[in-house]
Amino acid sequence: MEDLTFRHTTLKRASGLKPTAIIGVVASGNLEVLVERVMPDAECLLEIRTAAEGFGDVWEAVVADFVERYSPGGLKFSINDGGARPDTVSLRLAQAARLMQEDDR
Amino acid sequence: MSVAHVDRQLPGETRAASSWYEASARERVRLLLDAGSFQEFIGPEARETSPHLRVFDLPEQFDDGIIVGCGKLDGSPVFVAAQEGRFMGGAFGEVHGAKLTGLLRAARDVKSAPVLLLLDTGGVRLQEANAGELAIAEIMRAVIEARSAGVKVIGLIGGRSGCYGGGGLIAGCCSALVVSEQGRIAVSGPEVIETNRGVEEFDSRDRALVWRTMGGKSRWLIGGADAFADDTVGDFRKAALKLLSSTADFGLDTLKAEQSRLEERLQSFGECPDALDIWRTEGVSDPRSIPALPADQFIALGDKIRRTSRDAR
Repeated sequence: MEDLTFRHTTLKRASGLKPTAIIGVVASGNLEVLVERVMPDAECLLEIRTAAEGFGDVWEAVVADFVERYSPGGLKFSINDGGARPDTVSLRLAQAARLMQEDDR
Repeated sequence: MSVAHVDRQLPGETRAASSWYEASARERVRLLLDAGSFQEFIGPEARETSPHLRVFDLPEQFDDGIIVGCGKLDGSPVFVAAQEGRFMGGAFGEVHGAKLTGLLRAARDVKSAPVLLLLDTGGVRLQEANAGELAIAEIMRAVIEARSAGVKVIGLIGGRSGCYGGGGLIAGCCSALVVSEQGRIAVSGPEVIETNRGVEEFDSRDRALVWRTMGGKSRWLIGGADAFADDTVGDFRKAALKLLSSTADFGLDTLKAEQSRLEERLQSFGECPDALDIWRTEGVSDPRSIPALPADQFIALGDKIRRTSRDAR
């Protein structure tokens, strides 16, 4: 297992009111993303535990691309990864950000 | 804190038609219960993960592969637990098991709300062997205690991991079971039987053999499950509601009836070498047609030949 942490400043706060959301399952080639609205508005944090060691550079690129596209200010992403490919990671991150935009109930 | 879910705006018909087999545990719970009614206990944000998996350098899941909580089914309160069959084969570990034991004990104490167990498991997680085995024993006891307190415990089985090992034992303790064709119920899995008894005893690569022996159709035909559902969330919901209203109370008489049901079953089918022979003995004139029958025709055929005395539990 390898632990990776990425901290970014964002242009704006992620919209929506949801305090937390979860998407995905920890399985081979899949991952789960838990999102919590616990960060300052102009920051986001991603904490990753991955079963595939040695792919820090790829994670860095995928995360940077995600932050640029979605500007997820205020959100903390906790990820358990079962060795997902970069496209699956991008998809799950996008789904997670989308879920946080829903109104709270 | 509540946890958000995807595609909540699905129209009712789409929700009901969603495949049970393909859905994740979270989707099953969300689609099965009344919309927006589910409240999770010890959700993923609590991060109650397995203390054992990190020792083996294996990835954890924030909910340890099981979702427990309460909600409403057709307006009435229910407790619900759902195993995620894709995380470590839905297997029972220490935390996973403790969450289910706690839910069942809560149901025992509350008394007024039934429990829906969405089983999807290969059995005990090998990395947590002793803790997992203990968890199975605790859960079986908790199921029986809940039933003794008047709580109905309904198992719903139709996931990709089936219901094996200790999961099969827990299923045997439930008040009633719903199964789909995709659901498999057994204790020893196909590979386990082949490894221990040889390929002549059971060829685990013969998928047709595996399915007709352990699959939902055979289990329902011989009384191993009480209701047969098509592989949709809507069908599972309907079957669960029906069983909640029809299942008898639990007591010594139920246990005695169950004992004689099992004795009678052994007597009737004990000499049958294959499920096809069991179905023929049951009165199915063309047993080879069973695996290919669509759910509605299969249920119609089953209703004609099944004797209702089979449902004791």
